[in-house]
Amino acid sequence: MIKSDTNRRSFIKKMAMLSAMTAAASMFPGILFATEQEKGIPKDANLDWKKGPCRFCGVGCGVLVGTENGKAVAVKGDPNCSVNKGLLCVKGYHQIMCIQSKDRLTHALVKKNGRYEKTPLSEALDLVANKMKETIQVHGKDAVAMYTSGQSTIPEGYVASKLMKGAIGTNNLDCNARLCMASAVAGFLTTFGADEPMGCYEDIDHADYFITWGNNMAEMHPVLFSRMLEQKTRRGAKIIDFATRTTRSSTASDRSILFEPQTDLAIANAICYEIIKNGWVNKTFIEKHCNFSKGITNMGYGLEDHYKFSDKPEKIDFESYKEFLKDYSPEKVSKYSKVSVKDIKYLAAIYGDPNKKVVSYWCMGMNQHTRGTWMNNLLYNIHLLTGKISQPGNGPFSLTGQPSACGTAREVGTFTHKLPKGVVTNEKHRRLAAKIWKVPYEQIPSKPTYHATEMFRAVDRGDIKFIWTQATNPLVSLPKTSRYRAGIEQESCFVVVSDVFPRQTSDVADVILPASWHIEKSGLYGNSERRTQHWDKMVEAPGEATPDAWMFIEVAKRLGFGELFPYSKENHVEEIYNEYRQFHEGAKHGMAPLEVLKKESGAIWPYVNGKSTQWRFNAKYDPACTNGEDFHFYGKPDGKAVIWQRPFEEAPEKPNKEYPFWLNTGRVIEHWHTGSMTRRIPVLHQAMPNAYVEFHPDDAKALGIRNGENIKVSSRRGSCVLPASINERGLPTKGQIFVPFFDENMLINDVTLDAFCPISKEPDYKKCAVKVEKV
Amino acid sequence: MPIKSYLAHAFTGKKEELLGALQKINQCEVVPAKNEDVIVLVTDTSNEIEEETLKERIEAIDSLKILSLVSGFNPPQN
Ligand code: SF4
Repeated sequence: MIKSDTNRRSFIKKMAMLSAMTAAASMFPGILFATEQEKGIPKDANLDWKKGPCRFCGVGCGVLVGTENGKAVAVKGDPNCSVNKGLLCVKGYHQIMCIQSKDRLTHALVKKNGRYEKTPLSEALDLVANKMKETIQVHGKDAVAMYTSGQSTIPEGYVASKLMKGAIGTNNLDCNARLCMASAVAGFLTTFGADEPMGCYEDIDHADYFITWGNNMAEMHPVLFSRMLEQKTRRGAKIIDFATRTTRSSTASDRSILFEPQTDLAIANAICYEIIKNGWVNKTFIEKHCNFSKGITNMGYGLEDHYKFSDKPEKIDFESYKEFLKDYSPEKVSKYSKVSVKDIKYLAAIYGDPNKKVVSYWCMGMNQHTRGTWMNNLLYNIHLLTGKISQPGNGPFSLTGQPSACGTAREVGTFTHKLPKGVVTNEKHRRLAAKIWKVPYEQIPSKPTYHATEMFRAVDRGDIKFIWTQATNPLVSLPKTSRYRAGIEQESCFVVVSDVFPRQTSDVADVILPASWHIEKSGLYGNSERRTQHWDKMVEAPGEATPDAWMFIEVAKRLGFGELFPYSKENHVEEIYNEYRQFHEGAKHGMAPLEVLKKESGAIWPYVNGKSTQWRFNAKYDPACTNGEDFHFYGKPDGKAVIWQRPFEEAPEKPNKEYPFWLNTGRVIEHWHTGSMTRRIPVLHQAMPNAYVEFHPDDAKALGIRNGENIKVSSRRGSCVLPASINERGLPTKGQIFVPFFDENMLINDVTLDAFCPISKEPDYKKCAVKVEKV
Repeated sequence: MPIKSYLAHAFTGKKEELLGALQKINQCEVVPAKNEDVIVLVTDTSNEIEEETLKERIEAIDSLKILSLVSGFNPPQN
């Protein structure tokens, strides 16, 4: 589009204005620029404002979308939503702008003789169902797979699970939340026997200290970070940023402490060492509520195909745990973590002070880690040893990246090992699913099959012959895409991609299905604080774009499973949610009825007797506590949480002479994951038009690299060329480079390593060894 | 042709004064916050020298506490 100079200048001025407003919002929570928010809306506009959650991250801010004559024309923060209290970040504010993008997928496209042909949707769905049927007949059920998303709605995830596990009878269902949240899930399950944080965002209003572990909240969870800054200003709450890179979060924090990649394991143990050594252990709490265990060590890193691992927990006592920690004195750990003894002691003293309330936040830094489950366990150890858990302002809190990583991926369970309640390996859970789904119990296989990385390895090996992806872009987001792109391009696999826009992944599809964007359908999401949020359809989708849930139902009918999917087109969201709620009935996980969710800006589960449960496991707040004590970790059969003995182990690939730098990858505030939506929003795209490679200024100087120069980043797997960035957005430690992954023209995941945590199977995108050259 | 955006922080209670001063300058566009002593300021000048001079002029305003840069764009002319 060619704009006149004047138009372009006024457009850029608006962009500059909005950037400043965003910055102001993170510095002054609750700041209002009402004139600007309403600007651009015609004076006589008769807007219909509808509530819903934001699409662009796991914070789950409430938004109000203004529609006029069937078009979404404005967005503002929902002041009634306790998550964001009216605030939005730059992504949330501009979200609706992508749906008008010219290249929206409005019709099904079927590849014929190497070219995509516009095809009626019903014909395309016939083809999808026929291919699925044929593949199952010839190669068996486990030759078909589905890969869904933490951006899929709760009903979409539920129908996908019912179709694959209940109707077809394969556990070949996994989702992109495996790439971001699986370690948090495995951490919660191993320590507490129940997934998802025990606290809620209201913790922010009570905590004295926020310690962020490898978590750049100012960019990734900006609205929550604004709320923390508000508490810093109002009450003098302190923010400690503990990370491997200096970011916007570090500069806004009270202290920034940097550590050598992978040594967070050792530092967490050193904090526990100090807590015990200084007598800061809450003895009554651990005696009443905790067990001690250890598991298998030297588990490997999942680098080889068909890698399998299952832990063998073994009970230990406090004394042997104490003995184990002797290897983790601050003096010993300081030597390889590059964190001073003083700083380790400083962190321990914060956790150890019985008069200070502490919330620990983390997200990808701890989860995308070859020892991600361990790292989650270790942070729980700190909170359990001190008894700082499940109370307002005290607790460990894992944040999610995607808007419904919790609601859909974790609660509905779109992982290979999961069912809407429980896991496929548990007979009781399979029986419950079979009963609600009205399928024979034997239909649901008792063994998990492929987690995300192994699923795409199976595609590459030719074991999976049919794959259907929705609302996700694995060819940009998987690690080591250099292997998986070539794999999926092979003739051996029929690829169906359901999406809103064309992306790298749809480029390899045999059938592209046009999906509705979130406000073009009704739905429910579940955010990081166990809040379920409902929204009504706000605008019509263009052309034949259709909700994913309805496309699954149509295919299920074509496969002959019509009687299992008796939902109506108009009301399927409501009907599916009501069916799904049956899985979670009871005080431990009851979900709010739809009528409540329609009225309110979300409700937190367990929703019991008309009330959200804000702090689980604490008898004061949680009606599911039944042991007569003050706390009850009822996820475990004996009601006790587990303190895990987990050692420090090295990363699978470390810098050496040939590949001398650590590569860390991540996100930027302007873009949502692989950028396919936010790069179609002009303000966001122009504010951050391309990826870059960040250097520490000393490294850049030693290599003679200047800002903007093109640099080739290579690993043993692939390479990527990006402009250098020095002293701009972030500052990696010496010996480390950082690259954001949102840019599909600069595929940094061709370079990353597909090593994963053996327990959670979540890949580590934060650490591999690379070399850099000027080009 | 620089376009820059700033947050102009006024001394307590001096927001209106600062707003008035900034509004008098041609190259400035302003949006005051409703509930804080902060003004969003966008400057539009023809070259870096003009931008620098303007910045010095703004920084000399008595009611201004801090001027912090948020974004800078330098679109080429067609
Ligand atoms: S913080 Fe997350 S949920 Fe909130 S507006 Fe921004 S992107 Fe949306």
